[in-house]
Amino acid sequence: MKSGLRKERIDRGIKVRSDGIYALSSWREISFLMAPRMLLVCGLLLAPLILHFFPYWQKVLLIVCIYALLSMAFDFLANYVGLVCLGGSFFVGVGGYGAALLSKSLHCSPFISIPLAAVGGACFCTLALLPCLPLRGVYFAIVTLMYPLFMTRIIEAFELFGGTNGMMDVAGFANPWLEQYFLIIATLVFLFALRRLAVEDVGLVIKGIKDNDQSVKASGINITFIKAQAIFYASLLGCFAGAYLAHIYMWAGLSMFALDFSIIPIAATVVGGGGSLLGAVLGAILLVPLSEALRAFGPLRIVSYSLILTAVIVVKGEGLLNYLSRKYNQFERWKEI
Amino acid sequence: MEILLYGLVNSFKLILIAFGFTLVYGISRLPNFAHGAIFVFTGFVAWIMMHKLNLPYYPAALLSLASAALVGVLIYQFILKRIRGMNMNEIIATYAIGVALIETFRWLGFRGTTFTLPVFFEGVAFIGDVPIDYQRLMVIGVGVVMLAAVWIFTKFTRTGLALRGIAQDERAAMMLGIDSDLTATLAMALGSAMSGLAALVIFPLGSIVVEAGYNTLIFALAVCMVGGIGSWGGTVLAAFVLGFLQVITVTYLATHFQMVVTLAAIIATLILRPSGLFGKHKELEERV
Repeated sequence: MKSGLRKERIDRGIKVRSDGIYALSSWREISFLMAPRMLLVCGLLLAPLILHFFPYWQKVLLIVCIYALLSMAFDFLANYVGLVCLGGSFFVGVGGYGAALLSKSLHCSPFISIPLAAVGGACFCTLALLPCLPLRGVYFAIVTLMYPLFMTRIIEAFELFGGTNGMMDVAGFANPWLEQYFLIIATLVFLFALRRLAVEDVGLVIKGIKDNDQSVKASGINITFIKAQAIFYASLLGCFAGAYLAHIYMWAGLSMFALDFSIIPIAATVVGGGGSLLGAVLGAILLVPLSEALRAFGPLRIVSYSLILTAVIVVKGEGLLNYLSRKYNQFERWKEI
Repeated sequence: MEILLYGLVNSFKLILIAFGFTLVYGISRLPNFAHGAIFVFTGFVAWIMMHKLNLPYYPAALLSLASAALVGVLIYQFILKRIRGMNMNEIIATYAIGVALIETFRWLGFRGTTFTLPVFFEGVAFIGDVPIDYQRLMVIGVGVVMLAAVWIFTKFTRTGLALRGIAQDERAAMMLGIDSDLTATLAMALGSAMSGLAALVIFPLGSIVVEAGYNTLIFALAVCMVGGIGSWGGTVLAAFVLGFLQVITVTYLATHFQMVVTLAAIIATLILRPSGLFGKHKELEERV
């Protein structure tokens, strides 16, 4: 910190120009807008080809996409709707068990059971969370944290769906390329669809609820209905991820309700930077391979992972994407006070 | 009679576990998710001091309490201080530190059920015709003494009053010259030491296992939620409700329904009366 000076941040000229409609007339401006998006899209689409030679990391890529979906669901609920949902694993578990039940009873291909389980599971999750929707802040957070724990204990106590053993022999994917590309494309579609939703009319109302639910209510809008819609979208992503996971592992069991599926997406959102959905995806892309790479440390893996996470939170609390996009859109200079 | 007695012991166990957590949250609005980790930490430090450094029991116990308090202070000074006010980050950072602490012990080879702490007094007492060992009575005794000590400390000492001042209205207290960082450090030290005390009293009943760290955190959260976060009287009452509920479930249903009943109680409380039985938050803050 220099004395008598302060840091000034100004938008780059190209950013200001490309904000307007005129951006469409120049390649430079179009590429300024498109480059970060294309980097993500092309990167994800090319990844299976590059990782073809590392079969182990192909599996990791699938898990990255699963966590990216869950992080988006968390980010959407927390930073667009204002509902901090600690129960990501509830969605995963419901989706996973749903897909397993469907595929075992109907004997249909994963491409039918996954969408069915996602939609059905989302309906179930929305109905289950309906009584909690009036809750705010930390109360909603804790109630959702309890839901997956509750489901685990219920399944355990009543020996439902194979009890502690889970359901084995769920149909797997026949073609590994289809397995990867279906998930990657679904992740991208969900990402851009949710971002689009946020700027539509209903998205504006949803953001209004986050900022001031009382005044939205005063405008004659049924906020419980809107919140239920938002929960439906988020749980659609979560249940889709869960259903996919059940078909990847060819198994659905109690560990789908485990805390990992709630905590790691939150960590990814915090590290990547919340509020843009892209940050959540970036966080998942960084954290999941990191936790795989740390397997070399053996038992110390969880310890070092937690320490790295804490360090990132303490040092870069705003999130990586927010930091990067500031560098991309603005320049900084020292100015005398 | 048996239910009454063991329910009482179970309730005081929950009070011991949860009070440190609710104290820190009540005073400084800091969710200390490393609470369960500090619980386990104290147990292992006491064990290490007794069996590796050959200290007698009482110095070892005192030193392990001091180290628990130190861990609390360090967590506040190096981590929480920098991210205070960012709720999500506070929860994730403390939870991550807690996990790191617990897993370090697992890595060091503290696994299985071979690690035990000695009881204060050997022997079994009979109340009516129910046998109960002295250590379980100690749980009640220590719980009562701790509650009394906290009550006297916060009502009649300057430091205690400062803590309550910060808890009531942070800005007003700061205007009167009470240092918010200092009180938060103190609260973390106290809360962690209480978690350590709970460990020293409860671990002799069984053995020290790393998994206890995670369960303790869930139980502490459960009690605080039902009682209303940050409400001290509510915490005590909720500990009694949940403590008896658990013992009754185990007696009349089966052991694996214990957690189901606890969790159902939490979900029901949160939906019906979000701020808990004795919560201080206004109705509008918690639900629309």
